[in-house]
Amino acid sequence: MHMADALISPTVGLTFCAISGGTIIYSAKKLKEEANEKIIPLMGVLGAFVFAAQMINFTIPGTGSSGHLGGGMILAILLGPYAGFLTLASVLIIQALFFGDGGLLALGCNIFNMAFWTCFVAYPLIYRKIVKQDSQPTMITFAALVSVLAAMQLGPFSVVIQTLLSGISDLPFKSFVLLMQPIHLAIGLVEAVVTAAFIAFVRKARPEILQAAATSRLLAQIPIRKVLIGLGVVTLLTGGILSWFASSHPDGLEWSIERITGKSEISEPVKGIIPLLGAIQEKSAILPDYGFKPGGPPQTDEMQADQSERGEAWPAIASGTTVAGVVGSVMTLALAFLIGFVFKRRRSKVR
Amino acid sequence: MASFDSTFLDLGRLDNLSYNDTIIHRIDPRAKLLVTVVFIIVVVSFPKYALTSLVPFFFFPILMAYLAELPVGFLLKKLLIVSPFAVFIGIFNPFLDREVLVHLGSFDITGGWISFGSLILRFVLTVGAALILIATTSFPGICNALDRLKVPRLFVIQLMFLYRFIFVLTEETLRMVRARRMRSFDKKRPGIKQFVQMVGLLFLRTLERAERIYLAMCSRGFDGEIRTIKRLRFTLRDLLFLSLFIMLFAVFRFYNTNQILGNLVLQVFR
Amino acid sequence: MSHHIIDLQDVHYRYPDGTQALSGISFRIVHGEAVGIVGANGAGKSTLLLQIGGTLLPTAGSIRIGEIVLSKKTVKEIRKKIGFVFQDPDDQIFMPTVFEDVAFGPLHLGWTLDNVEQSALKALEKVNCKHLKDRPPHKLSMGQKRAVSIASVIAMDPDILVMDEPSSNLDPRSRRQLIQLLNTFDHSKIIASHDLDMVLELCERTIILGEGRVAADGRTRELFSDEKLLAENGLEKPLSLQYQRLRVAK
Repeated sequence: MHMADALISPTVGLTFCAISGGTIIYSAKKLKEEANEKIIPLMGVLGAFVFAAQMINFTIPGTGSSGHLGGGMILAILLGPYAGFLTLASVLIIQALFFGDGGLLALGCNIFNMAFWTCFVAYPLIYRKIVKQDSQPTMITFAALVSVLAAMQLGPFSVVIQTLLSGISDLPFKSFVLLMQPIHLAIGLVEAVVTAAFIAFVRKARPEILQAAATSRLLAQIPIRKVLIGLGVVTLLTGGILSWFASSHPDGLEWSIERITGKSEISEPVKGIIPLLGAIQEKSAILPDYGFKPGGPPQTDEMQADQSERGEAWPAIASGTTVAGVVGSVMTLALAFLIGFVFKRRRSKVR
Repeated sequence: MASFDSTFLDLGRLDNLSYNDTIIHRIDPRAKLLVTVVFIIVVVSFPKYALTSLVPFFFFPILMAYLAELPVGFLLKKLLIVSPFAVFIGIFNPFLDREVLVHLGSFDITGGWISFGSLILRFVLTVGAALILIATTSFPGICNALDRLKVPRLFVIQLMFLYRFIFVLTEETLRMVRARRMRSFDKKRPGIKQFVQMVGLLFLRTLERAERIYLAMCSRGFDGEIRTIKRLRFTLRDLLFLSLFIMLFAVFRFYNTNQILGNLVLQVFR
Repeated sequence: MSHHIIDLQDVHYRYPDGTQALSGISFRIVHGEAVGIVGANGAGKSTLLLQIGGTLLPTAGSIRIGEIVLSKKTVKEIRKKIGFVFQDPDDQIFMPTVFEDVAFGPLHLGWTLDNVEQSALKALEKVNCKHLKDRPPHKLSMGQKRAVSIASVIAMDPDILVMDEPSSNLDPRSRRQLIQLLNTFDHSKIIASHDLDMVLELCERTIILGEGRVAADGRTRELFSDEKLLAENGLEKPLSLQYQRLRVAK
């Protein structure tokens, strides 16, 4: 499932763009060291292959409903983690642009949710741990099943976390998890079966492909330690950057932490930074919130004075000003047409 | 997801649009990419209950669609069939957040409905901006922009290959899907077993193609190092486009332009 | 400088799976010559072309291009002399715009950027496709794709053009335009094809392959008039020659 721009805050979006972007740079560097010339056209063409395969719908047995392939683990198995990650990221970019799946800012989240977990966690830590040089077909099938299922649980879970941290949705953590995980268990099961069947097909038709992937130097196992350190950095980065912004976003981090832990306190280390950042924030409050704001206490005109220091919070919007707002909106949009019209007229004159 | 044919044709139509020649299409892809990204960030930076303050931002997509002569109906239809995940998650808000925030006459509007409305606006604006970007900028142009913006070249080049061969492979797939449909009368879609066979066949052909492409690259001097030509030139016009729009977004973000403009107009008529 | 621009001596090739594809091929092609290579499916045409292009190395015998003997070390040098046009333009044209694709070769030969741009534009002009330079390949007709794939090769200024089935999948008019275009080139040409009429129009000389050997090597018109020879090698007399005979009979 694609994370959407509409659900995330800029902080969450940019943080995950940084994480995914960093992983892309790192993977490209690693692949360059490998110096396998053939991999470049292979990646592009296999990306197009997965893209085309995703467009074919099939019937899910027993339900009659239709499903389609994700293909993440297939790319990881065929190309190895680094090339698989880059290829999957490219497929997601094309989807975001041509199909509007997700969005450009959410791309970082989507690459992380779908490609990172698949290529750098599920593949090296599950699939490669089970499959050895001389593994039996049943073992390979088993490995494909388990690793796909794991990736398809981790991905949606990070969707939940990202959504909560962004604070646009009101879904509480527990219900969100209960909503997401079982659905993705079902979706994951189908994906796992298709992936396993496909890998079995490749093993029969072109065994040397899987063999090559298994023996390549780079495609060899990624040490757990490295992955754990990487994930630690991700957590710190996310936590750090997010708490930086938390003070300006009452609906953001604190809110979600409240929902997750059931209390509004933030753990110790963060506490030290927040007052300091809060002070900076107050001095340089650059983002005035002039939308409707939840007022907390019942809102009456008399209470306007106690309302937040930012001038245009909700109670300021009385009916008279609402009319002005509507007129203003209409004007802005009319202006868009007008400018377009003028530009075009000028251009046709030039012609 | 829609049927293979319609998905394929939609993809082609959007791609066709991107090669048109209008004042917007001629702007440097880097400028368009940056403006789009800034636009999206500014739009989602509004607090969750922002509703009217998001409206001025429609200025950008409307102006772009108009100047670039885009078929608005087609883009709106695309917006509708886009993955509805955001809307699906957002629809819970009205049920969870029932605190009344606005009284409109005798109507009470809860925070949940306002934040849901805000989410819909964000959805339309952000997805719309992405679609407009690709409808006004050819994908090779975007790749050139990424290359010039220092994205690793290996990544960019395989993004180019991906784009190039999407059209070759989807066409090949389309032929397979149609051939299957002609021979199966009862079932509309293949089952998993049949699907894997189809995809497997496609995979084998794809592998052979990758091999031939590699040979074609080698026979034209490829030695592992990819070089690209720098074809983009950032002109004053591009700079103007970039800076004007970013300034405009800043104004929309920091000033309540609705209110200011509206008051101005109302005062004139008073 | 040797006048024999391509020289094959007793070339053998056996695929790793044991199939013997070529068993003793020898011929010479001189500068400026256009040679057709014909033969039934499986006669060894594709294998032979892959050998000349340096993709496969002979298991026995030698191939000399100009002064250089083909070996693993000299493959890169040899590829600069040979312009290889693949059968499927969708394999040959791999970059996302026509110009970038035509510029790929010169760029990777390490030419200066000015030279790259000039030679790419010149090559596109030669095949009458300059107006297509910013198009993506998937928006070209088959004939245009073919022309662009030829441009992408001649931009590198090769001595020899090697073409695999250049007229396949072309409609009659595009095929006619292709033949006219190829006739304007003064490169040495090797054209492998089932389209004997085209070979007749483009090539003075033809080599007929059969079961991995040279079954005949001579003037195209003479070979193609020899119905027995053609039949033995799974070929048929080109239509244009059949038609001529009919006309004479009348």
